[in-house]
Amino acid sequence: MYPELGQLALILSLLLAVLLSVIPLVGSIAGRDNLQAFARPLASGMFVFVALAFAVLTQAFLTDDFSVAYVANNSNSLLPWYFKFSAVWGGHEGSLLLWILMLAGWTLAVAVFSRRLPSVVVSQVLSILGMVTVGFLLFILITSNPFDRLLPNVPADGADLNPLLQDFGLIVHPPMLYMGYVGFAVAFAFAIAALINGRLDAAWARWSRPWTTVAWSFLSIGIALGSWWAYYELGWGGWWFWDPVENASLLPWLSGTALMHSLAVTEKRGVFKSWTVLLAIVTFALSLLGTFLVRSGVLTSVHAFASDPERGVFLLALLAVTVIASLTLYAFRAPVVHVRARYGSMSREIFLLLNNVMLVSATLLVAVGTLYPLVLDYLEMGKLSIGEPFFNITFSPLAVATGLLMGAGIFSRWKKTDGGWLGRKLLWPLAISLVVTAAVLVGYGGFTPWACAGVFTAVWVAVATFWDLWEKSASRKGRLHGLKRQSRSYYGMVFGHLGLAITMAGATIVSNYGIERDVRMVPGDVATVGDYQFVFRDIGERRGANFTAQYGSFDVLVDGEKIADLHPEKRQYSVGMSVMTEADIDAGLFRDIFVAVGERISDNAWAIRLQYKPLVRWLWLGAIFMAAGGFLAISDRRYRVRERSAQKSNAGVPSGNATESAGAVS
Amino acid sequence: MHPIRKKRLTIVLFLIAGIAVAVGLTTYALRQNINLFYDPSQISAGEAPVDVRIRAGGMVEEGSVLRDPESLQVEFRVTDFSASVPVVYVGILPDLFAEGQGVVAMGKLDGKGRFVADQVLAKHDENYMPPEVADALAKSAKDRAEYGAKYGEGSSNAPTY
Repeated sequence: MYPELGQLALILSLLLAVLLSVIPLVGSIAGRDNLQAFARPLASGMFVFVALAFAVLTQAFLTDDFSVAYVANNSNSLLPWYFKFSAVWGGHEGSLLLWILMLAGWTLAVAVFSRRLPSVVVSQVLSILGMVTVGFLLFILITSNPFDRLLPNVPADGADLNPLLQDFGLIVHPPMLYMGYVGFAVAFAFAIAALINGRLDAAWARWSRPWTTVAWSFLSIGIALGSWWAYYELGWGGWWFWDPVENASLLPWLSGTALMHSLAVTEKRGVFKSWTVLLAIVTFALSLLGTFLVRSGVLTSVHAFASDPERGVFLLALLAVTVIASLTLYAFRAPVVHVRARYGSMSREIFLLLNNVMLVSATLLVAVGTLYPLVLDYLEMGKLSIGEPFFNITFSPLAVATGLLMGAGIFSRWKKTDGGWLGRKLLWPLAISLVVTAAVLVGYGGFTPWACAGVFTAVWVAVATFWDLWEKSASRKGRLHGLKRQSRSYYGMVFGHLGLAITMAGATIVSNYGIERDVRMVPGDVATVGDYQFVFRDIGERRGANFTAQYGSFDVLVDGEKIADLHPEKRQYSVGMSVMTEADIDAGLFRDIFVAVGERISDNAWAIRLQYKPLVRWLWLGAIFMAAGGFLAISDRRYRVRERSAQKSNAGVPSGNATESAGAVS
Repeated sequence: MHPIRKKRLTIVLFLIAGIAVAVGLTTYALRQNINLFYDPSQISAGEAPVDVRIRAGGMVEEGSVLRDPESLQVEFRVTDFSASVPVVYVGILPDLFAEGQGVVAMGKLDGKGRFVADQVLAKHDENYMPPEVADALAKSAKDRAEYGAKYGEGSSNAPTY
């Protein structure tokens, strides 16, 4: 009975989404307040019904309702309850429902947190979000209904959740990633609304900024979680494979980063408007492209559940409609927007422009490397793959160049910066960075060119950021007062940039100084990796809730002193008969020690992978810093203060004219 | 020059420079790092280049996996049921590697017709078949069916997938 209610809820939310995408938009164009007033209730209603559908599916999982095909395919009565819960998004249909839930959630958030925005803008933004929701609700209802039944032949038990996905990482990784993906829909909706209105002004940029920043922060966390999960669960210690699925999430992150910076210029200086709008459209299109790549079955990976061609075609059509419609609108409306603001050839504007050039180039590179094999395959021009080295040798120089420019850009001023002045300012940070880099490289003992470039860039970004903070916080009332005086959005930037420095440092050090050894070991053997001795004590059987495991025991010694006791496992899951390697890791801020059991070679000999991973945690620590920076930035007072003043000036004006007054405030 | 035009020119030049660098790097890197896929029939017919990094894939032949008990070296044959190629690999095989399963290996052909793999991929799902392998098998099955039709030999011994 319940699953049918879930489906009904989805159909009702589709109806509301259709109404939402029409009524407020018509109201805003015809200037009818009574129609615009429908926007918020419709957005809320849409969210309620999607949430209901999601709750019904969750309930089906928790109560082991195997009459629902999706539950039967992705769950099992032996699963612990939290994996039953996360199995809701462990397959195609459910993860799509989660996507839609997030989309409806963002729409609701816009409805709730935009009370002070002109009603024309709110109506249009909500209408556009409604249209996107319509697309995805149609997709789920037509091609991927999670509530399909297996009647009357209800299976006795489920086929089980893929063991790779029975993990904490899976519980949190998809929701975070989707929050990011879908969040860019809001920036997109604001951009389209601005195009419809022809009002690409600083006010629009200010409204878009917090949404973009939040989406970007979630996406950063989502990508980092994916990388972390791959590291300990399926990567045998690798943390980034340039796998098309990973690239699919990196693409909107790169262009979203560009968008964030370009929005800053548009808000502060009123320039780059057309470019910013284009980036907003591209970023959301890349989110859709990512969804298409991952969900259509054109790629093969742990994420590609669906190999139903119908789904791919539907998603591709959705992507095409979005891109064509918004670019057509852009072509007609963007030239209307003219700019009169001056900035010199050496100014913060230019540095941010260069940042955008770098990030967009990086986006293009990753896109080419990801799509080229797919396109060739589709055209039947051969099957090929593009190896990791392609991405490493093209992406790394761009990352280094971006970092080097960023260090200088932090000190630059809006409008005009004197080149000589900037050069003198950079001298000390440059000297400090060189010394620190040399010290780090000597400490790790090795001078490859890439290690030098990567470490220097990371140190340079960090030193420049701290130097700038130190200078800005100089105050006659003392350092603490000076630090308190800085705005939260400034601290947001500091955290974001430090996060990048941390991630870069981690990536460089672990790639250049990590040690990996595959060895054949029998119990009692000792193997040495760097400064660490691994003693293979024994291996025996262990029973888990739904698996049996070969349970290894290792002692890790440094100079004869035991520092860790690791127990990697080889698990055999009873339901799908699948085998899983569970590595064991002694994690630390400065190094991880990693042991994984490979296959049995002979009676008592095993293939063992031993690894020393310096600074590997920094990869993800940096992402936490970046996301923290994002959340700090949006908590800045100025978003609220100015909104309040906007509200004041709107108070006496009929809402139809609200756009004008809001424009005036900016 | 008019200052606005000058500024626009700077921007355009920056963009062109950036794109030129990106395109240059991309094409250079692409040329170095494209790995073509060959199936066992192509390899045994000598169509695949020697000592160039390529990908090869097919099913792991039943009973072909030979382990060296003293090291991590393992040898097996990859087949599309028309031809098979010996593969040598030193290292840890993925969890889902098994006889009768589809695999894709990266590596180079040595002069003696052996494929020296530096990476072996078996996919995450036991029901999953790498698409290249599926295609190669389908192609080889079709060739044999045509051969059978032509020469009156039953294709009943062709395995079903």
